[in-house]
Amino acid sequence: MQMLKGNHITVRYGDNAVVDDLSFELQEGQWLMLVGPNGAGKSTLIGAISQGVPYTGDILLEGADIRRCKAAQRARKIGVLSQKNSVGYGYTVEEVVRLGRYAYTSGFLSTRDDDGKAQVERALELTGLTDFRHASVLTLSGGELQRTFLAQVFAQDPQILILDEPANHLDLVYQKHIFSLIGQWLKTPGRAVISVVHDLSLARRYGTHAVLMNHGKCAAQGEVDAVLTPENLRSVYSMDVYAWMKDMLAQWQ
Amino acid sequence: MKKLSEHFSWGTYVLLAAALIACLLLCICVGSVAIPLKDTVVALWNSLRGLEIPAGISKNIILNVRLPRVLNVALVGAALSLCGAAMQGLLRNPLADGSTLGVSSGASLGAVLALALGVSIPGFSLGGTMLMAMLFAFLSLAAILGLAYALDRSLSTNSIILIGVIFSMFVSSAINLIISFAQEHIKSITFWTMGSLSGTNLSCAGVLALALLLCGGVILRYARELNAFAIGEDNARNIGVNVRRVKLIILIAVSVLIGVSVSVSGAIGFVGLVMPHMARMITGPNHKRLLPASMFAGAIFLLLADLTARTILAPVEIPIGVVTSLVGATAFIAVFYRTRKAG
Repeated sequence: MQMLKGNHITVRYGDNAVVDDLSFELQEGQWLMLVGPNGAGKSTLIGAISQGVPYTGDILLEGADIRRCKAAQRARKIGVLSQKNSVGYGYTVEEVVRLGRYAYTSGFLSTRDDDGKAQVERALELTGLTDFRHASVLTLSGGELQRTFLAQVFAQDPQILILDEPANHLDLVYQKHIFSLIGQWLKTPGRAVISVVHDLSLARRYGTHAVLMNHGKCAAQGEVDAVLTPENLRSVYSMDVYAWMKDMLAQWQ
Repeated sequence: MKKLSEHFSWGTYVLLAAALIACLLLCICVGSVAIPLKDTVVALWNSLRGLEIPAGISKNIILNVRLPRVLNVALVGAALSLCGAAMQGLLRNPLADGSTLGVSSGASLGAVLALALGVSIPGFSLGGTMLMAMLFAFLSLAAILGLAYALDRSLSTNSIILIGVIFSMFVSSAINLIISFAQEHIKSITFWTMGSLSGTNLSCAGVLALALLLCGGVILRYARELNAFAIGEDNARNIGVNVRRVKLIILIAVSVLIGVSVSVSGAIGFVGLVMPHMARMITGPNHKRLLPASMFAGAIFLLLADLTARTILAPVEIPIGVVTSLVGATAFIAVFYRTRKAG
């Protein structure tokens, strides 16, 4: 089943096209990795999908134009983890996570969110934050804060997860933990993931599909093994990525 | 040490309400003519129930002079503080407030213009200034946010404050310009720029109460959305808040409230900036608790400030804006340094 589709998406800042005529497709069960060098337009593309950045072209959510989707309706289908997360006031971890249920309880005729409490509990547990629930977010480390917002997205219980560098600030243990967690999450039918990842090894390990971006354009897309080839990576990153990664690993032997 | 906000419970509201009532009574009793507390209570109670007030009680001072003033002071304080709390959440900016952003001065410009040009609504003497103050409050807010947005799309703290300061300077020069053309109004114009609540009547309090009920109700209704904005606008969008609509509704509610407050009391600074900070120390940042607590805190603070303004140099009454700025600025610096040091 097709879950999300982008047709000729272009985002301009002034005369500069940050995302340039890019199309993609996301099917049920897929984990689509957005990869490419800094400034390739990956986060901007995510901004367009989450309706935070004006764009031309169409984004279809289950076949319908996402622009016509009500904000709360969209949030029940798509959960977005942004790249930059900081909080200015001392909310508790639980308060931030509980806001993930907003889309289910908003509106004057708000339906009762019977499921909400359990979803919040589960999200806290999955991200290992149960003991931090009453902690102020101002006292958290970068990784704990990242997990807090990840828990918020899990509490939102969407069908599509969009993650901008989910491994940001996470140590190796939590990187592994979070990525296998998302892998588990994806096994339930009717779900799909898009994520921006800089670590190409993580992209290759967990992704089913990939879009390789360069200067806002799509350099290659398709199944992850067919996209992350030595030739493709060399042309986009202007260096021999395979040789570099092998060299890095060889140090440990 | 546990933070104060960890002890917050609904009992805190009862305490705040009791403190507010105590302040109201205190402010009615104290003044150039001292009135015994018992007389005040009897006069208020009897007039509420439509009973005769016993002779020997200064009925006129209590019911016609002090009560209207005290009610207006409390309502203006609550309104300004609520607006400050809402803006600090909405813009995710602890320095946001009607006075720092130039909205209050914009509203006074509207009021001064109405005065100089003689804009009025027949049958309601304050109507013209009130309408112009509301209109200018909203236009100022729109102009400031528009300019700040053009400068920096993320609407960062610094650019909003910068534009707000520049806008306030612009407005004060505009007010000075009007003063130089309208010398005959100079006394009443000064009133708008410094703030005063002497001579306010019960119909002012009625309009204020209505505005606070309607706009305050709207703002309180959006407490959850304000929490989302306070965490971040992107985050609010991601969890399903209709960011544009909610922002516009809250900004309109805030402008109307600031406009009405300014048209009754003139521009009174620092209430909306400092009181939400104080309230946040008690309740924590959650707007469901913060907004009502800010209203109580604002009302209490402004009552005490007004009491100080009319008694400290009696029989001379100093402008209430002078008191709030002196106390507010000092308190704010203390709070700001403490939170900065604590990280």
